[in-house]
Amino acid sequence: MDDVILSLEGVGKVFPGVVALSDVSLSIARGETHIVLGENGAGKSTLIKLLAGIYEPDTGTIAFNGAAYQPKSPHDAQLSGIRIVHQELNLLPYLSIAENLMLENLPRRAFGIVDRKALNRRAVALLKEVGLEIDPRTRVEALGVAQMQLVEIAKALSDDSKLLVLDEPTATLTPPEITRLFAIIKRLKSKGVTIIYISHRLHEVFEIGERVTVLRNGRVVATRDLHGLTVPDLVRMMIGRDIADEYSFDDAIVPGKVALSVANLKRDASTPDISFAVRHGEILGVAGLVGSGRTEAMRALFGADPKLDGVVEIDGKPVAIAAPKDAVRHGLSLLTEDRKGQGLLLDMAVDKNITITDLGKISRNGLLNRRAEAAAANDLVGQLRVKASSIEQAVRNLSGGNQQKVVLAKWLFRGTSTLILDEPTRGVDIGARREIYQLLWMLAAQQKGIIMVSSDLPELMGMCHRIIVFSRNRIVGEVPRAEFDQERILSLAYQEYVRP
Amino acid sequence: MTETSEPLVSAPVSPGRAKFLRFLIRDAGVLLALVLITLFFSATAPYFATPDNALKIFVQIAINTVLAAGMTFVILTGGIDLSVGSVLALCTVVGATVMIDESLSPAVAITLALLACMATGAVCGFLNGWISTRWKIPSFIVTLGMLNMAAGAARVVSDNSTITGLPQSFVDFGNLIIGGFLPSIFLVAVLVIAAGWFVLRFTVFGRMIFAVGTNDEAVRLSGHNPDFYKVAAFTISGLTAGIAAMVYLLRLNIGSPIAGVGYELNAIAAVIIGGTSLSGGKGSIIGTLVGACILQVLSTGLQLLGVGDNFKPIVIGLVIVLAVILDAYRERLLRKVR
Repeated sequence: MDDVILSLEGVGKVFPGVVALSDVSLSIARGETHIVLGENGAGKSTLIKLLAGIYEPDTGTIAFNGAAYQPKSPHDAQLSGIRIVHQELNLLPYLSIAENLMLENLPRRAFGIVDRKALNRRAVALLKEVGLEIDPRTRVEALGVAQMQLVEIAKALSDDSKLLVLDEPTATLTPPEITRLFAIIKRLKSKGVTIIYISHRLHEVFEIGERVTVLRNGRVVATRDLHGLTVPDLVRMMIGRDIADEYSFDDAIVPGKVALSVANLKRDASTPDISFAVRHGEILGVAGLVGSGRTEAMRALFGADPKLDGVVEIDGKPVAIAAPKDAVRHGLSLLTEDRKGQGLLLDMAVDKNITITDLGKISRNGLLNRRAEAAAANDLVGQLRVKASSIEQAVRNLSGGNQQKVVLAKWLFRGTSTLILDEPTRGVDIGARREIYQLLWMLAAQQKGIIMVSSDLPELMGMCHRIIVFSRNRIVGEVPRAEFDQERILSLAYQEYVRP
Repeated sequence: MTETSEPLVSAPVSPGRAKFLRFLIRDAGVLLALVLITLFFSATAPYFATPDNALKIFVQIAINTVLAAGMTFVILTGGIDLSVGSVLALCTVVGATVMIDESLSPAVAITLALLACMATGAVCGFLNGWISTRWKIPSFIVTLGMLNMAAGAARVVSDNSTITGLPQSFVDFGNLIIGGFLPSIFLVAVLVIAAGWFVLRFTVFGRMIFAVGTNDEAVRLSGHNPDFYKVAAFTISGLTAGIAAMVYLLRLNIGSPIAGVGYELNAIAAVIIGGTSLSGGKGSIIGTLVGACILQVLSTGLQLLGVGDNFKPIVIGLVIVLAVILDAYRERLLRKVR
């Protein structure tokens, strides 16, 4: 490699309880698209934060563009020409796209008054770069996730970044959106921008990457040319063993009686009513584009958002669900799409997160029994293989997969008859993902009803007995396992959007 | 991760040690500050390190400590209660009015007054909580309204005058110094703190207070009603304002519609200096007690040093701001340790 833009030499970073990175050496060639893979907790996020100037390395050195790179803040990183598009988007919802794009460098006229014309003109140019044709005066809150993602990338382009780090940019995108994103990445590449691309979706990395670096437990396993590698090769490198079949669907699990049925659920006057049901021991997939009303329907069913009308029956008996507490009392569990914001008490410990669903179990006369709590939490942490330094560790410091396991654990602690999981594996690596799948099959075998909402179609097709498809707030079809077909499900998902 | 699962990467800080570090950062820091300030004034201010002065400080922090104990609950849930000062005023006139009723024997009058104070405070607190949760209005605004309403009500009840003539046995109890070192009203404050500590630490209710302050939406989606706990926290704050009113009556022997002006700010300051986070979810009521001590030690010490009444508030104000800065810094430290 002749022209190295970024090189790490023996970089290490230690946090109390965990060695996040250890002796990481890595060089990125100018103009390449470099893939970084690794399970949860492998050190990817730490690596990104080092580059972003959020952390400083404890040991080792980083060189960027031929000089030592020691950013003290994200601002330093940007000045040096490194831009990070984080997994969690950092846009300001109530400002316009243009303002978001140029927030750090608003064009000004005399007396510091913002030059709106110049602002919008430049914004249009930047948006064009990422193929987004939209009025730059639109407020960001009105955009879809995919569009926000593109705005983030456009923002990264606003100051001639030399190195762009994309952290799981496709996690929330649909296939056509991904295709477009890749086209943009290729165009950036042709303009000489170096890209570090982090993803959990192994199939897609071959399409855009040239080389791959795999991290495991904070160390570099290998850096290789992607050419000639296969998905199983990558998986082996990531977890140090083979996954024979990611989805080993178990035909032995036969769905029984209807566990939960929803009839004529209507969220508000403008949405159509929907009906569906899930059986005991059945995994029901819910497919559809982001924003097609899947999440909203589940939330309304659970009582998390108000609903106008509709009958929910559990084991054939109608139940009134006005608030989540009613749903929980009737044995429903909701694992929300937004784990951190709605599923977890981030600054509280693992054990307290787990027992929150049913404190009655670990208390008598309103007094907590800390020993019983620790025992119950340790039990579930062991069962679900949550990687934490102890049950007293704050959930904030766990990786995405482990956080998701804690959310599952809290519902298992309560005991549940039907689980609704919204994007349960988003931001979760293959190893932990597979464990979650196993767990769901185990729960199905225990005759629990499972509703699984996901944007990852292969995942749904691997996991589910049946898939229902949402399109523009409507359930437009139902596909039994025998007839699973990616094209068919996708065309159903688009059905309501392509109609005149 | 089955057979090949590697052990957790080596842990430089063991859970036990992390726990100890957390204790140091979260709780011991304030305590250490109190000790240092006390040592400083003992060395520099005349009369500071005398038993008499210590007694005086204990007497002086009682009211604020009781108010701050309830305030801790509210702040832990992420709210704020600006009304406690004037709710206290209302409770003093209600309590005093009941107590001077000559048709009642002193024992009955005092008991009824205590109940009336607590009930009045609790109702005010309940209204604060109920209104702010029912209509989703920031508690800052609702309690600001209550501050004015309670102050007005206190004038109405007292006919805008000071109520005197409390039973002698009541006054005597207020002046009592148990064993020569423990003023009765400080004992009341300590009991309130102890009760709060027990509730927050050992009960399901206490756990829910912390959880609601950490993430009320997650609590709601876990099948609880977070509003219940918010309303309860405000009710507790009102209740302690009622108890603080009794302490006020014990100490000053008058019910006054203009009592308690600015008390809410002292209570909030004690809570924040004590390390409870204004954004909710983190803190301790023992810290609140220490915070109240720090405020009073500073005030008394500065006075004894001859710092004028004009400069004292400046120093105390600086300390409050410093405490909040430390709080932010402490969060960062804690995050590293956890």
